[in-house]
Amino acid sequence: MISSRISKLLSWSYLIALYGFIFLPVAVLVLFSFQDGRLPVPPFNGATLKWYGEVFADSRLMSALGNSLMVAIGSASVACVLGFCAAYGLARFVLPASRLQRGLLIAPMTVSYLIIALGLLTTFNWIGVSLSLWTVGIGHVVINLPLCFAIIYASMGDHQKNIERAARDLGAAEWQVMTQISAPMLMPSILAAFFLSVTFSWDEFIIAFLLSRFDVTLPVEIWSMLRSGLNPKTNAVGSVVFLVSVALLLLLELIVFRRTAKK
Amino acid sequence: MTAPVSIRNATKTFGAFTALDDVSLEISAGEFIVLLGPSGCGKTTLLSLLGGFLSPTSGSIEIAGRNMADVAPAKRPTTTMFQDYALFPHMTLRDNVAFGLKMRKVAKAKRHAKAEELLDMVGLKTSAHKKPHELSGGQRQRVALARALAVEPDVLLLDEPLGALDLKLRRQMQDELKAIQKRVGTTFVHVTHDQEEAMAIADRIVVMNAGKIEDVGSPENIYMQPKSLFSASFMGEVNFIPGTLEAKSDTALTIKTALGTVDIPPSDDAPFKQGTSVTLAIRPEHFRASTGAGPRITLGKAKVEDGSFFGTHHRAHLSPLDYPNMTITAHMPQSAVIEPGAWVELTLDPTTVVVLPDHPANTPVGSTV
Repeated sequence: MISSRISKLLSWSYLIALYGFIFLPVAVLVLFSFQDGRLPVPPFNGATLKWYGEVFADSRLMSALGNSLMVAIGSASVACVLGFCAAYGLARFVLPASRLQRGLLIAPMTVSYLIIALGLLTTFNWIGVSLSLWTVGIGHVVINLPLCFAIIYASMGDHQKNIERAARDLGAAEWQVMTQISAPMLMPSILAAFFLSVTFSWDEFIIAFLLSRFDVTLPVEIWSMLRSGLNPKTNAVGSVVFLVSVALLLLLELIVFRRTAKK
Repeated sequence: MTAPVSIRNATKTFGAFTALDDVSLEISAGEFIVLLGPSGCGKTTLLSLLGGFLSPTSGSIEIAGRNMADVAPAKRPTTTMFQDYALFPHMTLRDNVAFGLKMRKVAKAKRHAKAEELLDMVGLKTSAHKKPHELSGGQRQRVALARALAVEPDVLLLDEPLGALDLKLRRQMQDELKAIQKRVGTTFVHVTHDQEEAMAIADRIVVMNAGKIEDVGSPENIYMQPKSLFSASFMGEVNFIPGTLEAKSDTALTIKTALGTVDIPPSDDAPFKQGTSVTLAIRPEHFRASTGAGPRITLGKAKVEDGSFFGTHHRAHLSPLDYPNMTITAHMPQSAVIEPGAWVELTLDPTTVVVLPDHPANTPVGSTV
């Protein structure tokens, strides 16, 4: 009786500690974004929306936010299209060294972002491409393509193969099979890959930092703000970033998983 | 639309395995052909050759007089109805059926009208806006049929389309399939391993085994006058009785068996030499009462071992007096009283007995297959 109480107590404390560990930093960040005072540190002096007002009034932050959205959506779309084409090719046709090709496509997942960024930086310098949001976008395609490929490839089964065969039998050309049959059938996993890519690109710092120059993404802008010291405004913009990530994941949950459940 | 198909010396090998071995077959326009055989006999390979999903290692295929070598599936005048339906899950039934027409650039209003007409034919007009996952197995099968027929193919290829349905629904779909085929007049090539299904729907059955055609003919012909031991046993229960051809005349083949010597009227294509070993194939339902009209032959007396009631008949196992190790299966009339230990006469109409070359390989003498 007592031992079961103790074990219950222990498991509850473990649970609380676990979630506390994960969410406490975020909770503190969000809490002090409402701080009525100059410093985002305890004690909490009372709530104000002043810092959010400053964030939305700051044109540099707002243009960085716009840049971030553009890069995230653009690079995620490109990564999804490339990932889908690669998955379709490798799942549907007998290709030379297809195992090796699959491995090479997924390999960048295991390389650190810093190394990828340095590699791309060297390459861009060498071929004379100047740094811009485009180069950041290319960097994000590089890190998201393996993810998109893996998610979409995993969802291509033999059942769909027969359906594609039926479409071809009814007169569809290969591109029509891809766009009108395969892609709509695989839409749940394509959307999942898309939203995850957007989230990763949205949060990514090191590649965005090393591959950008004048126009920067939001994480880079926040980093340069932090260099001038802590300020509840940085907490406010951090909260906005967090909120957008949560919104994206909710959207993924609602669109993709509800869709899958219906089928 | 409809067209004849001609398959000439088609061979298909996969590495060392010969799936199809020098097969030739002529199919006339509007015919309902069933390719029948056990799994691995080459029937699905033959269908894939017609659809263009495989190309023959050697030999040729012509549809409507046109050689199909190097013609892609999309360009062939054939469509296929797949066993797992292969409907497009994200499209409504109307869009599913209209898909082939869309690929042929038929205008939207026209292709929708055609799709609805076909859905009406298969009894699903009111469900045109539904998605495939809302339908039952039989309904999905009907949509697959409508979709394959919407593009008016010359030849419809059916790959065990009824295999996934339960027995009752399968019988119902067989009737519908046959009625629809007669209505549209398209050449149907249907693959199955179910001999009852084959007999129910086919104009002509092609019995296949080990990559070769064993027998071709109408269901009645294949069942009553099979040309090979395989064909005889695959089409239903049969007794094989080994014997030797003793004498041959214009009116009779005299065959000596362990159950006595009998005279069988010769069939047209029985090029047997005197002295060769032959096998008599006798269907269980061909044993009959010794009294009655028509010619009669007898294989002597037999003792009833056991019997069970099948509704339309009693199925009984008999052991002949002259060769007690042999077991004969016979169907007795519904009204008969089956008493184990009783003696009956093995009486037959000689015209129902089929004389086939040689013994069945690896089959014990006199066994029922």
